[in-house]
Order: sequence, then C-alpha cells, then structure tokens
Amino acid sequence: MEQTKYLVVGSSHAALEALTAIRMHDPDGSLTLLTRDPHLPYSPTVLPYVVSGRSAPDNVFLRDESFFAAQKISLKRGKALKALHSSRNTAELADGSEITYEKLLLATGASPAIPPIPGIDQVSYHVLRTLDDATQLHAAMKASKQAVVMGAGLVGMHAAENLVKAGAKVTIVEMAKQLTDGYFDATAAALIEQAFTDNGATILTGSRVVKLAPSAVGATITLESGATLEADLLLVATGVKPNIDFLVGEGAAVERDKGILVSERMQTSVPNVYAAGDCAQAKSFYSDTKVMNAILPDAAEQGRIAGMAMAGDPGIKDYPGGIPVNTYHFFGRHAISVGLSKVPEGGEVVTRFDEASGRYLKVIFHEGRLTGIYGVNEFFDAGVMSQLILRRIDLAPLRERFLAEPMKTGREIMSRTWR
Amino acid sequence: MGAYNTIAFDAAKCDGCGDCMTACAETKVGAGDSARSRIQIGGDAANGFELALCRQCGDPKCVSVCPAGALGKDAASGVIAWDASKCVDCLLCTVGCAYAGIALDEATGRVAKCDMCEGNPACVTACPHDALKLVTTSRIYNEVGNWEDLFAPGLAGCQGCNTELLMRHTLRRVGPDTVLATPPGCVPGMGSVGFNGTTGTKVPVFHPLLTNTAPMLAGVKRHYKRIGREITALAIAGDGGASDVGFQSLSGAAERNEQILFMVVDNEGYMNTGMQRSSCTPYGAWTSTTPVGEATHGKTQDAKNLPLIMVNHRCEYVATASTAYMEDFYDKLDKAIAASKRGFAYLHVYSPCTTGWRFPTDQNMEVARKAVETNFVMLWEYSRAGGLHFTRPVDDPLPVTEYLKAMGRFRHLSDDQISHIQSKVVENLGFVKQLAHVAKA
Repeated sequence: MEQTKYLVVGSSHAALEALTAIRMHDPDGSLTLLTRDPHLPYSPTVLPYVVSGRSAPDNVFLRDESFFAAQKISLKRGKALKALHSSRNTAELADGSEITYEKLLLATGASPAIPPIPGIDQVSYHVLRTLDDATQLHAAMKASKQAVVMGAGLVGMHAAENLVKAGAKVTIVEMAKQLTDGYFDATAAALIEQAFTDNGATILTGSRVVKLAPSAVGATITLESGATLEADLLLVATGVKPNIDFLVGEGAAVERDKGILVSERMQTSVPNVYAAGDCAQAKSFYSDTKVMNAILPDAAEQGRIAGMAMAGDPGIKDYPGGIPVNTYHFFGRHAISVGLSKVPEGGEVVTRFDEASGRYLKVIFHEGRLTGIYGVNEFFDAGVMSQLILRRIDLAPLRERFLAEPMKTGREIMSRTWR
Repeated sequence: MGAYNTIAFDAAKCDGCGDCMTACAETKVGAGDSARSRIQIGGDAANGFELALCRQCGDPKCVSVCPAGALGKDAASGVIAWDASKCVDCLLCTVGCAYAGIALDEATGRVAKCDMCEGNPACVTACPHDALKLVTTSRIYNEVGNWEDLFAPGLAGCQGCNTELLMRHTLRRVGPDTVLATPPGCVPGMGSVGFNGTTGTKVPVFHPLLTNTAPMLAGVKRHYKRIGREITALAIAGDGGASDVGFQSLSGAAERNEQILFMVVDNEGYMNTGMQRSSCTPYGAWTSTTPVGEATHGKTQDAKNLPLIMVNHRCEYVATASTAYMEDFYDKLDKAIAASKRGFAYLHVYSPCTTGWRFPTDQNMEVARKAVETNFVMLWEYSRAGGLHFTRPVDDPLPVTEYLKAMGRFRHLSDDQISHIQSKVVENLGFVKQLAHVAKA
C-alpha cells in the first residue's frame, strides 16, 4: 500500500498554500497531492474569465509539473477521495486503491448546490466550478440567443455579464430581494443592477423558479409569479456546498455542521486530519461561532496554517478568524467589500454617494473601530482595510479624515502602525 | 538564490516634495500625474511622512491570492512581477497585500505595482533629500554565500554566541590554503580542534599552548615557505591567550615581522574556563575572580589596550573590528590577509559573550553595536604607510550607560564607577585621536 507523510486532497488555493507551508518546514517528508480534477491546479475564481475568453484555458494554471518535481511532491490528478478510514490513517480512492498518511489535509473545496426544483433533472443546464465547466460554457455561450441565469451571486453575475457581452438576451433570476446579496448592500446592488439593465439584461429579484421543463429552444422556466421564460442556455449558480461526500463510514466521525468543523489550527475532530478552504467551517473574526467564509484569501490563509500545523512549524499562529472580503468587476466598474455587512448593535453607518460619478462609499464603525467598508468605484486598499479590522485599530481620532479619504488615510495608518 | 536589493525610506529626511512620485509616474506611464505613481508618499510635515510601496515580500500574499497566476516572485531579482496578459483585473491582490503595495490605477482600470525599474529605481534617483535609497542587502552574503564553509557543521558554542559567525566567515574568506592555530579558549572549545579524533575544520588545524601560538604558527609558515607552498598562517586566539600568558611570544613574532595573521576574539575574559578576568576585562566588570559583594565591586583595574600595543610593534597591519559591523570587518580581513603575505597582521575583534557578560542570547549584535555607538570600543585600522585612522568614527556617541545597562556584569556599578568608566572612554578616545592625528600629519 502506498504511504505518504503528508496527504493533501484538493488542488486550489488552500491546498497549494499548504504545500508551500509544509515544504518551508519539512523539505524532504513525502508529500502527495490528490485531486479529482484532471488538470493542473487552477483557481475557481479565474473561471468566469475563461468563460469570457479573456483567459485561455491552458494559461490559468497556478503550478506546473516542474514545480511538483522540484518540490518532490507526488501529484495524482483525476483521482477522487472516496472514503476515509481514520482509525488506520488511510484514504480510500475512487479506483479502490489506498494511501496511508501521517497527516491529512482536506482542501476539497465546494461544488455547485443544485436546488431541488421539479423538472431540473429533465433539462440540460450549465454550472461553473471546474475548468471543464468553464470551457463548456464558453463554447455554448457563442450560440446562445436567450439565456437564463439562476442566482445573482458573484458567479452568476460574472457569467451573466459574459453572456450579455456575447450578444445573448439575458435574464437573471434571484430569490433574494436584491442581487449580490450577502456581498454588497442595497445601494451597491442597485448600482450593479443599473449597469446590467443599461447593458440590456433583465433582472428579476425576489423571484423563485418553481418548475423546469424541456422545450424546443432548450428549457422553459416557470416562476412563482406564473410567468415563464424560454432559455437556450440555463446556468444554475444558486450557491455551493462543500465537498464532503467521502465522510462516510469511519469518516463520519469527522464533526461537521455546514462544512467540516476545524480548530484555530485547522484541525478536525479526528486526529491527524485537517481541513481548510471552502470545505471547512472555521472561527469567525467577529464571534466565536464557526462560519463558512468561502473566499479565496481566507482559503489561502487557512491552507497555510494547516500546512504549518501538519509539519509542526513552531512559527504557527492561531487563525484570527475570517472576515468576508470581496472584489467584483462589472462592466468596467469595480465594487469592493471588506468586513461585516451587518451593522453591529451600537454600530454607526456612514454613507457617501455621488450620483454623477457613481461613487459610493459605506463605512461601518463600532466603538471607534472599523468593522466593515464598502465601495463602488471608490478604490481603497482592501488588504489595508482588513488589517485595520483585524488589528482593531482605534479610528476615532482620524474619523473625519478617514471618511473623506479612506485610501490615503488607511495607507498612513498602515505606514505608521505596521511598516 | 541570493538576497535582494530593496528601496529604503527614511521618513526623517523626507520633506514631501513628491519628486519621487512624479519621476515614477513619468517613467512608468509617461505622465507626471503623481496619483499614478507606484510609490505613494502620504502624511504631512507635522506628523511625519509615510510610505506606501511594494515591499517585494519574501512570502508575498498578493501572489498566493492571485487566481490567474499573474503575479510571481522572480528568483533572480526578487521582484514580484505582474503579467498583464494573465491578469484578469479581479483586484484580489489588493486584498492580499497589507501594505498597499499593489493598487488600482484608475486611468487604466488595472493594478500597478513597483517593478524596481530593472534595478535602477527612478524614484531613488529623483529624491533630492536622500530619503529614498536603494539598499544593497546582504552584499557579504551574496558574495561569500557560495564559498565553502571550512568549519564542520554544528559547532558547540553557547546559545547566542557570535564567535561561530566570526570563525565561519573568517575561514571562508581566508580560504582552503590555510593552516589554522587555535590555542586554548572558546574557539577550540566550540569544536575547531574536533571531537572523537576528527578535526572540526576542513583545513589543517593545531592546538598550541597558550604560550607558544605565534611562534609555532610562524614555524609552520616558514616551513611552507621553504618548500615553496603559498599558505595563509592564521591564528584565532582569545584575549586571555594573547594579552596575558601568550603575550611574550606574540610580541616576539610581531617584532620579527613573521608572515602570519593573528586574530584575537576579545570577549574580555577567560570565558571558556569559567569566566575569570583577563587583562582585557574592563574596569568594574563582574567576573568569577572579580566578584561582587560587600568588599569588592568587580574588577578594579582598567583593561589593557592590546591592539594599541600591537600598533607599537609597527606591524604590517593592525585593526579593531566588531561583528555588529560585518562589512567593516570584511574590509579589514581582506587587508589583513594581504598584509600577512608581507609580514605580521593583527586583527582584534570585540566579541560580546552572552554567558560571561550576562545578557539575553538574542542581544549579541545589539551589545556589540552599543559598544561602538558609545565609543566604549573604537573601530580603526593602522598600517605603516597609512598610519592610524578611524573606520567608523562616532560623532555623536551615546552615554556609556547605554552600553553598561545592556548586560548583567555591570549591574552593580556605583555612580562613581560609572563616571570612572565614562571618563576612561573619553580618555581612550582622546588617546586614539592623537595617534590618528599624528598619522595624518
């Protein structure tokens, strides 16, 4: 049976950062990367740009074969984890083979969550999570005349923009009252909506799809209101669910809630098993509850901590807790959100909106400290703002200047505080 | 892979003129719009100027969060390079960077960052106040990093001791054609003479007595000279072995102008054998033979200034050095090696002892630096042609208490003792200055 000191499952940011962290401390310990994807490592975040044609599918890889050779990492592509036999530190693969490990990292990410809508199994639809999904959608998009996108999260919105630009008539259907719910507030969402409608898209927020059926064009979509839409291309982008199907049998002992529950060092409830990234549920920065914070920078951070913990690196520091951070480019504009969108009790919200330029800024303070900052077409350094939140820096003395010029003031505080 | 150059900012010298930003914008985007500069100076004269600039991090977060593989650290230059063709403008790099080192250029809608202008940054050239400097980091490391380390791995020094650094750097520089003499002291104690029948060096090494290091080495050198082989005859001795019982033979070898390089690692006592005082131990210092109690308060005599005595032998070359100033040390080592081909070369390196001086093990360099900054020790060099001159003159010395309070061996000092030491520092400085003055005249 194959043996490895470190087994990392998954091949995106959390897994890749873990590899780096392990090799920083242990240059020689046997290290295996297992991924069900047939391709070299890539980021799900780049896929909308593969769909649009901006990124060539063979030019998005984050590591090449020579990296794995140089780092002495055994790369197993196209091999899925099927089950976990944790009492004997063994992973069972879909092909029936087994690998024993000393330390295991589950960085298996997430997959599209398919809503249980009647008829969904009768129609053909696209999702967007893997490189193959992206190349298929890219190919289908060229021929599309009327497309429907279910779900107005960032994946759906990105794809919808691509479809609009490719010349299709696009309708976005979203259950929530606003689009990009959970990422941006109502004002920002309205700006985003305006950009889409200006470019010819139709946005149906507060709408639920109740039935899907095959039609001559492709699919007929029936809404709660009774209205119907015809689509030659249907994209389901209604959210994701963590990939944890392998937690069966003995693996079921790994405690989970929405995702795999992990400690501040990314350890699961089962010895020698760690988890990081979109499949993990870790501490929030704002409270002790564990949350899903499926964003790229957090996946990288969690992966790094997991790798350091697995290799026994004494330089490890506890995970401070995740804060939501998102950046979004749409029709040449950009939106950035850092921190909690919810206003904490006793918190204070300051907004500034210039209709002429479309610049929008929203800042949330609590006890003189920043808890969240949002901008549309108002650039600020999201990394600096994250640090202002994580370091709980008192902004009370600089409040007015910060509101007037958040980027400039943020940089000054950075230069003074953590240069 | 070596260490990399970096742009250093001295806020105290900046007057906020903005020339760096104009120069950057002109170089990078062909227009003097400072908003588009990759270096951003903020703040004001009242509260000080601040800098936002890519640090070219060793562990760059912008690279690790880039979903498109558009950012990468160049192993040769250390610059984090941005590949415009791969970038998808998602701005996630600005989330990763905590230093505002990569930011949106609103004119293009794309990110922009410092690329170090291929090693000749326009901002540094443009700065009229020397507030920006291109620092050549780790020149020594880059230069000697690939040379063979001629000591065995794993020397048994005390934690925080700087002598291993000194030994390894010296032997790398001197090179493999060397015969090394290490008389009793910390250097053989750390393993230069080896363990279990194998030597601790990759060059011939011998262990003379405290009393005969210099003449034995001189004999070895003369032998090699007779058979026509060019070698460097190097001694690494302690201050006890050189200034006390070994002094007579050292002085004799210097007087005969033997072609050897004699290096003294001065930790101001017999630290290897239990921290007894030597003639190099300074006034007031606690040692195991100058204890502190009701009747005694540390050493009652001033230290002998051995390097100045060696100057009076009119050696080919005499210099003092400190491990806090390695570039200075390297310059002197080069000169000493060259001088040892002509005659007697003497290097005196001040070497703080964590164990015997009683300071935390992470403070060695700081203590060594404080010694120089207070003029407690002075860095100078002497040659017959050039006379004596300071290599790192300290114009504005710190009070000697800054040095004394950094370690435990002076903790008991009375005010009188401190003022004695301070006056001795002034006197020693005046004495060396006179010699330097004489040399100049």
